[in-house]
Amino acid sequence: MTLLQVRDLTVNFDTADGTVTAVDNISFDLGRGETLGVVGESGSGKSQLVFGITGLLAANGRVTGSARLEGQEILNLPDHKMNRIRMEKIAMIFQDPMTSLNPYLRVSDQMAEVLQHHRGLSKRAAITESVRMLDAVRIPEAKARVTMYPHEFSGGMRQRVMIAMSLLCQPDILIADEPTTALDVTVQAQIMRLLADLQADFGMAIILITHDLGVVAGSCVDTLVMYGGQVMEKGTTEGLFARPTHPYTMGLLKAVPRLDRETAQLETIPGNPPNMMDMPAGCPFVPRCEFADERCWNERPELKRAEGFKTRTRACHRSLEELA
Amino acid sequence: MSDETILKVDDLKVWFDVKKQGAMPWVKARKLKAIDGVSFELKAGETLGIVGESGCGKSTLARAVMQMLPVEAGSVVWLGAELVGLDTRHMRSHRKEMQMIFQDPLASLNPRMTIGQIIAEPLKTHFPSLSGDEMKKRVQDVLDTVGILPNLVNRYPHEFSGGQCQRIGIARALVVDPQLIICDEPVSALDVSIQAQVINLLMDLQKETGVALIFIAHDLSVVKHISDRVMVLYLGNVMEIAPARALYAKPMHPYTEALIAAVPIPDPKREKAKQIMLLDQDLPSPLDPPSGCVFRTRCPIAERRCAEEKPLLRDTGEDHKVACHLR
Repeated sequence: MTLLQVRDLTVNFDTADGTVTAVDNISFDLGRGETLGVVGESGSGKSQLVFGITGLLAANGRVTGSARLEGQEILNLPDHKMNRIRMEKIAMIFQDPMTSLNPYLRVSDQMAEVLQHHRGLSKRAAITESVRMLDAVRIPEAKARVTMYPHEFSGGMRQRVMIAMSLLCQPDILIADEPTTALDVTVQAQIMRLLADLQADFGMAIILITHDLGVVAGSCVDTLVMYGGQVMEKGTTEGLFARPTHPYTMGLLKAVPRLDRETAQLETIPGNPPNMMDMPAGCPFVPRCEFADERCWNERPELKRAEGFKTRTRACHRSLEELA
Repeated sequence: MSDETILKVDDLKVWFDVKKQGAMPWVKARKLKAIDGVSFELKAGETLGIVGESGCGKSTLARAVMQMLPVEAGSVVWLGAELVGLDTRHMRSHRKEMQMIFQDPLASLNPRMTIGQIIAEPLKTHFPSLSGDEMKKRVQDVLDTVGILPNLVNRYPHEFSGGQCQRIGIARALVVDPQLIICDEPVSALDVSIQAQVINLLMDLQKETGVALIFIAHDLSVVKHISDRVMVLYLGNVMEIAPARALYAKPMHPYTEALIAAVPIPDPKREKAKQIMLLDQDLPSPLDPPSGCVFRTRCPIAERRCAEEKPLLRDTGEDHKVACHLR
């Protein structure tokens, strides 16, 4: 059985100016131990997608559709049930580790709290376990540092603390929302390596949300590309990078300067990111797409298997030959 | 690019006084050496990239060059004139020749001014003799140059997207016709697709106007793309400075090597096959930097000598300078 099966997930927000659809009909499967990358620019709905799944939406947000964890529906569960699933089944780490740790509590107290609440351990046993986990994320002198406050750690170390905390209950799924965006490249490399090692040890599946194509390339088996709340293209990471089939993916890959290549002039995607209050009737990417025609403006493209590919799906009216 | 050197920074030092919280008034402040003896030159129309991890002094260096921070020692010679020690009034006449753009495009624009007023302000300060019509003309011209429709002059910054705000910031810098623009992380807050637009705009402007750029970024791929030469900073010290191509093809300093190796490449096959040298630990505290070579605590090849003696920046030929005993 697939570990997590998401079908037609839609997230709406009620605002004073009307309803905004942040995530629009997204479906995907995640198997045990797999790594899925979710790539998109700011406002593409990648964070709201996982907030919707984990029941962390803002008060004016509504989620519809279905998300089944080991066959059991978890969307819109009451809080006391969801609280058990969060941390025990699905754990999450965020972009800025400082704002996700409680600045008033020692690391030992924050970590022990999780184990006391979810696993019923005594405080002493919980702290011993916490130290073991801090060791696992390679924090030097974990025993001495467990009693420190979050501000006493550097950014990279704080993210390690977050990762250690999220793995305390050995979740099946770790959702990492831009885990390295606030970190330096050298530290980013350490953290990505650490996540890969921990995945090999603990066997959890990872959903990695990022805007950095390089990070996805290094760590994800499958990749899902989002724009304006919708999936533009989905497939294996290797295939997707080697032969993108959607104009947005193609544009993204050309727009990043690369260390391993000389480029005289970067190709750009013209225009601006989409305004979620005012989306076109057809494809969300149409105002910036060089291949757009009448149909793209009026009719929403369905996510379909790409011709000549086994697993690739794409949402585009134009055929592959037309894009070449 | 010409051969004329417009900026010459020599042994620049910027130290900050740091006191422990709640320390008694007679307790002596400790010195944080944010910039500890940096020297470099910049030619007219050239782009110098500055890279390094956060906290290595990139922004401090930029601000010290602009005399926006008190300088402890050293000299900054701009177009033949010494800037260090100049009073505000004399410094102002140079400010129009060197402008700056910042990381957060929205935060660096006054939310209560229209973009027309924002862009006209440097003109009012530096060219007070211009008539209203001339000013209007220049503002519209510069908006046109950066790709913002000139009929939007009466809008406020919040009505624009991040990329557009960065264009407005560039317009404000450009309107006084500077010879140098210091760009402090100008694209790191922008989305990938918008980032490319802004980089191309900066490169096109440089071709047209011959303005020199100091481009500060933590993204090594972007710096490689835009720079003629690149300087690598670590804890306020220059580790390596070289033409961009040489630096990336043949990095000499172990820190440069580690930095370049850490950059993820958007190509799954290469990325997974790549051997990376991971630096362990974090940046040491700049309040208590290591003796000798500041990088030695994280350096994979450090020897005893590195702890005893500070390596000097030495020329290895072809404009490639490196501060390492062992390379």
